[in-house]
Amino acid sequence: MSTPAKEKKHEAPASFPKPEFTGAEAGMQTFPSSTSRSYNYFKPRKMRATVYEDVTTDVQPDPERHLSQGWIYGFAASDGGYPLDWTALRSGNWHAFLDPNEEWEQTIYRNNANVVRQIELNLQNAKEAGAYAHWSPTWTRFVAENVGAWMHAEQGLGMHVFVTAQRSAPTNMINNAIAVNSVHRLRFAQDLALYNLDLSQSIEAFDGAAHRATWKDNPSWQGVRENVELLTAVDDWAEAVFATNVVFEPLVGVLFRSDFLMQIAARNGDYITPTLIGAGENDYARDLRYTRALFSLLTNDPEHGEHNKAVMQGWLDKWVPVSTHAAHELQPIWSQPADRAVTFADSCSAATADFRTLITELGLVMSKEQ
Amino acid sequence: MSRQSLSKAHEKITELSWEPTFATPAKKFGTDYKFDKSPKKDPLKQILRSYFPMEEEKDNRVFGAMDGAIRGNMFRQVQERWMEWQKLFLSIIPFPEISAARAMPLAIDAVPNPQIHNGLAVQMIDEVRHSTIQMNLKRLYMNHYIDPAGFDITEKAFANSYCGTIGRQFGEGFITGDAITAANVYLTLVAETAFTNTLFVAMPSEAAANGDYLLPTVFHSVQSDESRHISNGYSILLMALADEDNRQLLERDLRYAWWNNHCVVDAAIGTFIEYGTKDRRKERDSYAEMWRRWIYDDYYRSYLIPLEKYGLVIPHDLVEKAWDRIYNQHYVHRVAQFFATGWPVNYWRIDAMTDTDFEWFEHKYPGWYDQFGKWWEAYNRLAYPGKNKPIAFEDVGYEYPHRCWTCMVPALVREDMVVEKVDGQWRTYCSEPCHWTDAVAFRPEYEGRDTPNMGRLTGKREWETLYHGQDLADIISDLGYVRDDGKTLIPQPHLDLSDPKKLWTLDDVRGIPFGSPNVTLNEMTDAEREAWAASYRANPNRTPSGV
Repeated sequence: MSTPAKEKKHEAPASFPKPEFTGAEAGMQTFPSSTSRSYNYFKPRKMRATVYEDVTTDVQPDPERHLSQGWIYGFAASDGGYPLDWTALRSGNWHAFLDPNEEWEQTIYRNNANVVRQIELNLQNAKEAGAYAHWSPTWTRFVAENVGAWMHAEQGLGMHVFVTAQRSAPTNMINNAIAVNSVHRLRFAQDLALYNLDLSQSIEAFDGAAHRATWKDNPSWQGVRENVELLTAVDDWAEAVFATNVVFEPLVGVLFRSDFLMQIAARNGDYITPTLIGAGENDYARDLRYTRALFSLLTNDPEHGEHNKAVMQGWLDKWVPVSTHAAHELQPIWSQPADRAVTFADSCSAATADFRTLITELGLVMSKEQ
Repeated sequence: MSRQSLSKAHEKITELSWEPTFATPAKKFGTDYKFDKSPKKDPLKQILRSYFPMEEEKDNRVFGAMDGAIRGNMFRQVQERWMEWQKLFLSIIPFPEISAARAMPLAIDAVPNPQIHNGLAVQMIDEVRHSTIQMNLKRLYMNHYIDPAGFDITEKAFANSYCGTIGRQFGEGFITGDAITAANVYLTLVAETAFTNTLFVAMPSEAAANGDYLLPTVFHSVQSDESRHISNGYSILLMALADEDNRQLLERDLRYAWWNNHCVVDAAIGTFIEYGTKDRRKERDSYAEMWRRWIYDDYYRSYLIPLEKYGLVIPHDLVEKAWDRIYNQHYVHRVAQFFATGWPVNYWRIDAMTDTDFEWFEHKYPGWYDQFGKWWEAYNRLAYPGKNKPIAFEDVGYEYPHRCWTCMVPALVREDMVVEKVDGQWRTYCSEPCHWTDAVAFRPEYEGRDTPNMGRLTGKREWETLYHGQDLADIISDLGYVRDDGKTLIPQPHLDLSDPKKLWTLDDVRGIPFGSPNVTLNEMTDAEREAWAASYRANPNRTPSGV
């Protein structure tokens, strides 16, 4: 049949479907499986599956579980699906990982919507209260350059570490946790960018372009930029997540955000920046929970734990120097604010202590020179 | 946020990216497309500060509707015929959704445009939303619909059934092979821009007509994210068109993606709408009429044809061929008949068609009764166990079809069946475009040019091969499609749950051998195969009177 030449007009229907009582609700009859009202193809962690387990488990199929025909598309030179050799780590049961944050649709949007509302209210109140009026020129420049520069680190890691990595892990639970991590970073990057825009519009002397020059050319920031760019170049998804959340974040991210900015901002008359930075820290605390759960599971794997520890130890030895270098390159900015409430050594000591605790929990060790 | 503020905010976030100098992001996913000459095209603007509250509000509406449906006893008025097909549909769709999330790094790797990267990252989290909100809808159905069997095994059944595998292309195709073929042409330009219209708009409308207003609530909420995704895809397309070398690949990929989407999505959604509904008002649009509106007019004529101004050759022939299959060659009806033939290895129940249904089908698709009427009468007659085997194993003049190696829907338009030796194996295809997809398009060379990043068709593509020579009862046990008494089957060829004697059990299907058409085909001599092929194409597969 050739296609009709005349288009059909869509007018109001001449009639409507009629509701009909069918009695198709639960419990109206008893028959085999009439009470089988839970997903029965996986074993929940507790007696009853959580909503998170129900909506996440096995959505990404696995040839080692139920996928009987295997993956039906392949890459040109490798298997399709989610090849296990996309990381050097091994597991007797990748499906054992459950995100302690239990992220699914509702938690993602509730959590992030709450954060952006909180930030918007803070910024609105700050404007109305004239909160930026008392910033010294030194602090204004400090925020423009250094708080501004950090937005790029968040964007680079969000886009090219975490968005990339969520394609690659063997289970839906891992990939979803990484996907949520990625939007935390991207949202925080945008929070900082829009804060920068707000400041440009509120403070005459605020240089809204300084963050780009600082990130690209300021010697203090080149170690951080190098670290971030090297992280984006990692092919192994687990190494990328490990080197970012286990190494870079404690040694550089938390050092800069919690152990420095959060300590000095108020002393320099700025009570707004910590509210934004605090949101970023909250994101990281949330993301660290899944990271710790994932890598602990792998170091404690009955069959592959020792192999995994050796691999992670290798990653630690490779990435700690990079991040330590980045942190030390940042040292000059500790002396820029007028009120220097903490020294670089104090900040570094706090960050390193948290890092050592994390490493110890994972069953890894710091080499002496680290 | 005002429009001016939004514009300034968007401009600001374009400052976030930079040109790296120490190391560049890993290129894990390759493409044969080139973007060196491409001007950067921006997709729809979206800022996360406004995105999250907007989506939260959409979610609140969805969850409010869910609460209302439970309080209002929605399931007292849903049609079981409709809900049973949701066991199949909702087992499939969360995987394509999450695959779309996983596809975003492929496109990000391939396209050097930070603004598109931002759009794709937002799409990624949209897709996580869609996948989990759909799984949650299914959970609600399982908890409140009269027969939870089939919902309770959903993702396992998706992974081990022949139907799930057909649907899995609409997901695996997004995440594997050439990055642009997969994540842009197949996913966005065709699946999202064209076929989500029937998936997420036409089908929910039919759900509402069958007493289910939750499917429309959830899927319209999902669909409201799609315009941004379509914009992402269109921006990448415009960038690709800037390089003449990409044209040949785009034309190849549009042909593959269009035809595969047609084969898979029209088979599934067409069946759900035409055979899942109880709404037989004559003025109710048939799937063919919906397709004309949503796919032919809104996509082909308004989206694809205008691309000709860029010099792109549009697969007009395949669009017309798809329409011809749907309207004249009864593609959807043949698929529904095949699903119903295979009922013992399904995980849902399929209602018989009644005289009211027959009348409607004949009105909408003249000639329907001659081709299918007697078969559905036989289906109705053979619905209960005791005196007969399942219809597939009774002689009702229906020859079990061979499966298409590419789209995995069987070769149901029998005169179009292609049989060829490819990669040392005799394979059947439902049509010439599907043969071309396997033998020509998914290869490391295409029309004389190297295409080293193109994907491959892999896996155990004929489901029946897994169970060749086995007993039907053992197969169903292995699949797990058995109810909690350990013997009654989840699938049934009727909706009557009131009488245990009418429910098929493993004992009723024991002793029935199951065979693989492809294994048999590869055992034939050349002469046998030629005779078989001629007979296959000539067989109208029509149930005669008096059977």
